[in-house]
Amino acid sequence: MSDFPLNAGLILSGILFLTGLLGVITRRNILFTLMSVEIMFNAAGLAFVLAGAQHGKADGQVMLIFILAMAAAEVAVGLALILQMHRLQKTVDTDAMNQLRD
Amino acid sequence: MKIIFYLSAIVAIISTIMVVTRKEAVHAFLYLVVSLFSISVIFFISGAPFVAALEVIVYAGAIMILFLFAIMMLNLGKDSVQRESQLMTPRLWIFPAILCIVLLAELIFVFRNVQFQGEGSIKMIDAAEVSSSLFGGYVLAVELTGMLLIAGIVGAYHIGKEKKREYHRYLQTTDKENE
Repeated sequence: MSDFPLNAGLILSGILFLTGLLGVITRRNILFTLMSVEIMFNAAGLAFVLAGAQHGKADGQVMLIFILAMAAAEVAVGLALILQMHRLQKTVDTDAMNQLRD
Repeated sequence: MKIIFYLSAIVAIISTIMVVTRKEAVHAFLYLVVSLFSISVIFFISGAPFVAALEVIVYAGAIMILFLFAIMMLNLGKDSVQRESQLMTPRLWIFPAILCIVLLAELIFVFRNVQFQGEGSIKMIDAAEVSSSLFGGYVLAVELTGMLLIAGIVGAYHIGKEKKREYHRYLQTTDKENE
């Protein structure tokens, strides 16, 4: 096995994070916003694991396990909130939730 | 090994961009699963097989199923039935399938051609080392994660419960006056 391209891996992590950030900023469907947040979690976890592999330690993988648990809790609560929003407003558009403005 | 990394990186970037730019939630969901698979391949070849397995089992298996349930529950209505008839045309699933076939070919290649005996600069970190670190120095964080998961379960149950619409007592009197 030859050298693993760690720099390219970190650049890939950055690209994935930027794509997720773009999704959070631009999409109005709240399901897509939540999916983009998941992409950003994954990019951060990729950076953790690659940095851990560079030093030969297990700490990066431990951090990824914590990210997994946090993502599970976040998705459960977030999807419950989306269901309530759909129940109240009959839409999943984030621009429809502007009642505090008036 | 480098070409496997670059192939799966390209698959990851393409599928992630497709997730962000799709219109239908189910299409984006398919591409998101492909993206998770390709990131799992990268984990595997960077010497982290345990986390690669977790990524497939927990992320693509459990969390994505939560997403799928939510998408299914949100798509209620007459037009969604009519839309669902056009939802699974081959034009939709052929491209994620091609990306997945690339990943599968990489997986078969890696299993047939590579011995993980610590050659090169990649050091394999297996599940025993990860778990001894997890329950050694990070045991407090494990407890906190358990609390976070319980809070997530209770919060999701409380928020997602279908409540009866309850009015404040002043609003109730005005409702009766209106009637």
